[in-house]
Amino acid sequence: MKRVSLVFTLAIAAGLGAGLAAQAASAQTLKTIKDRGQLSCGVSQGLPGFSSPDDKGNWTGLDVDICRAIAAAIFNDPAKVKYIPLSAKDRFTALQSGEIDVLSRNTTWTLSRDTSLGANFAGVNYYDGQGFMVKKSLNVNSALELNSASVCVQTGTTTEQNLADYFKSNNMKYEVIAFANDDEAIKAYESGRCDVFTTDVSGLYAERLKFANPAEHVVLPEVISKEPLGPMVRHGDDQWFDIVKWVLFAMVDAEELGINQKNLDDMAKSDKPELKRVFGTDGNLGEQLGLTKDWVYRIVKGVGNYGETFDRNVGAGSKLGIARGLNALWNKGGIQYAPPIR
Amino acid sequence: MSISIEARPLEARPPPSQFSAKLQRALGGRAGWRGFAFQLLFVVALIWIGTEIVANVRVNLAAQRITSGFGFLERTAGFDVSQNLIPYTGSDTYARVFLVGLLNTLLVSVLGIFLATVIGFIVALGRLSPNWLLSRIAGAYVEVLRNLPLLFQIIFWYVAVLRALPNPRQSISLLDILFLSNRGLVVPRPIADPGLQPFILALVAAIVAALALRHYALKQLFDRGRKLVIWPYVLALLIGLPLLSALLFGVPVTFEIPVLKGFNFSGGSRLIPEFVALLLALSTYTATYIAEIVRGGILSVHKGQMEAGSSLGLHRGDTLRLIVVPQALRVILPPLTNQYLNLTKNSSLAVAIGYPDLVSVFAGTTLSQTGQAIEIIAITMGVYLLISLTTSAIMSFYGWRISRSLGP
Repeated sequence: MKRVSLVFTLAIAAGLGAGLAAQAASAQTLKTIKDRGQLSCGVSQGLPGFSSPDDKGNWTGLDVDICRAIAAAIFNDPAKVKYIPLSAKDRFTALQSGEIDVLSRNTTWTLSRDTSLGANFAGVNYYDGQGFMVKKSLNVNSALELNSASVCVQTGTTTEQNLADYFKSNNMKYEVIAFANDDEAIKAYESGRCDVFTTDVSGLYAERLKFANPAEHVVLPEVISKEPLGPMVRHGDDQWFDIVKWVLFAMVDAEELGINQKNLDDMAKSDKPELKRVFGTDGNLGEQLGLTKDWVYRIVKGVGNYGETFDRNVGAGSKLGIARGLNALWNKGGIQYAPPIR
Repeated sequence: MSISIEARPLEARPPPSQFSAKLQRALGGRAGWRGFAFQLLFVVALIWIGTEIVANVRVNLAAQRITSGFGFLERTAGFDVSQNLIPYTGSDTYARVFLVGLLNTLLVSVLGIFLATVIGFIVALGRLSPNWLLSRIAGAYVEVLRNLPLLFQIIFWYVAVLRALPNPRQSISLLDILFLSNRGLVVPRPIADPGLQPFILALVAAIVAALALRHYALKQLFDRGRKLVIWPYVLALLIGLPLLSALLFGVPVTFEIPVLKGFNFSGGSRLIPEFVALLLALSTYTATYIAEIVRGGILSVHKGQMEAGSSLGLHRGDTLRLIVVPQALRVILPPLTNQYLNLTKNSSLAVAIGYPDLVSVFAGTTLSQTGQAIEIIAITMGVYLLISLTTSAIMSFYGWRISRSLGP
């Protein structure tokens, strides 16, 4: 399997060389997607709550809902998405080469990624932080007790660098075993090769669900980094950048305005000027984006508002049961805040 | 009218200009200058396509504002690596990461080639053995291991090694010096003492003396037909001289004994399980192919050679060593080189079990942190090509030496 991904990287590297000319020159991402009849969306290889396929091969998750919302806004059909599962180390190359239109794969927004990869972050759909998980039997209560521990981690992530920083700044020694896949890292942790598994806290809760006995593992209280996760698009097509950015904003704004899948049709008939602008019965905001007037209606109908997808995938309504915390709306104690649709 | 036939002296035609003919043949083959023109055209076209691709990539990368160039090698890596043969911390550069990964690849390849060759020769001789059981066991080994996918075998060894071993606190210890756990095998680390230098000198001297002795014995054998028994003297030299140095100048090394501290052992050196699993899988897998190559090579030598050897009064061992194996090596070497190259390239499967080889730390982590796919993949390809060409060159040199010693 790893061989495949190396071949994949090679192929993409070659593609970068040969195929970029057309990409860069035209940069008509929206038109390309419409012609193709499908959105190509880069997702993870299976992280419950964010992007994972069920037993029928249907993808679900918070990151998947971004792809679905974009497809809903373009095609009025959230199912018109082709999901491309990517490992952490292949994801940027896939975006650069044009293999995918948008990368929605629990990816941390950092300065170096924003500047050197030829891509832009379109916003933050989950505010996360890095944490540690250990076996309960080790009787460890704090990450500061982890001196000389072995740590399993997925390679090609900010996690690897945060880990080095954290242990160095606390004068602790450690051994890092880096795997190309999350699954392999988890397996090694489970078999006792490592004392600690580290990734974003949401990921720790998600991975813990996969264990035979989740109660045997604890997530330590320390959160050692800021990990704002969000979707990414290629440089060079500002219209497409705007579309992805505003689909995300629309979901957050819909929650703030109280629009959800149940009351959608009633809200659409409302006379409030704010709602009329959102639903496109007044003005042509959607068309300015290159979409249709009823773009928000399509998104909420197909996917729901931000709060709904959060609850369904990672929040109270899901197996993960993660509290909203930082991801609550700005007027409800969190920091999720979207610019106004007007 | 008489027809006069002039008696022209028989004269050799002047030879065509050697240099120009040779050049013509070398460059254009049978087609001569016309062939050369086509070749020139082809090379020019190739160069043009190459420069066009490079220029195109440069322009497009710049247009998309993707960083390019090799400046990233100077930047700080910021991540750690579990096995480093040279000192390395997270605050070193990507260039250093490259070196660490390269050395890890070379380590597992060189040791793997050595082990695979040894196992391969033993299995081949076993399979040729008249002993029914031995030859069947060797045959079964070859058939089973070469027919299972290598990646599967690597993961098997990794999981099998890991699951079977206890955690460090319950590690299996030998005399409280060696510790085996799922963190790997921890052994005492040798630390150089002042006695090391004379010790090494004594060892070198002993080896030189032993070689001289062997030379003398061979000369006696060829010139006078006297066979000298020299191995007791060689053994005495090799053990005695270094021992004498240790007695005179003190012990060459002291050992740092590992101690369990917290989660893990501190002190001592450690073989990580990822390395052990990869080495085992690569060497046992490649050994099956080597065994078949060696068996084929030995069978290709006519059995009359063996009989001729014994009719000359040589022992069976001497016949094999002096007559059969050198001839078999001619057949064995080229495919053996292939296997060595395969093993080196297959070591990149390390990425599946978290062994930090070149592909894992450089074409993996470094690539995804810097996003500079083209540069990094190019460097990695170049390195594997260089390693492979070097291996081929060494093997060709060895083959050339053998064929020279065998005569035409």
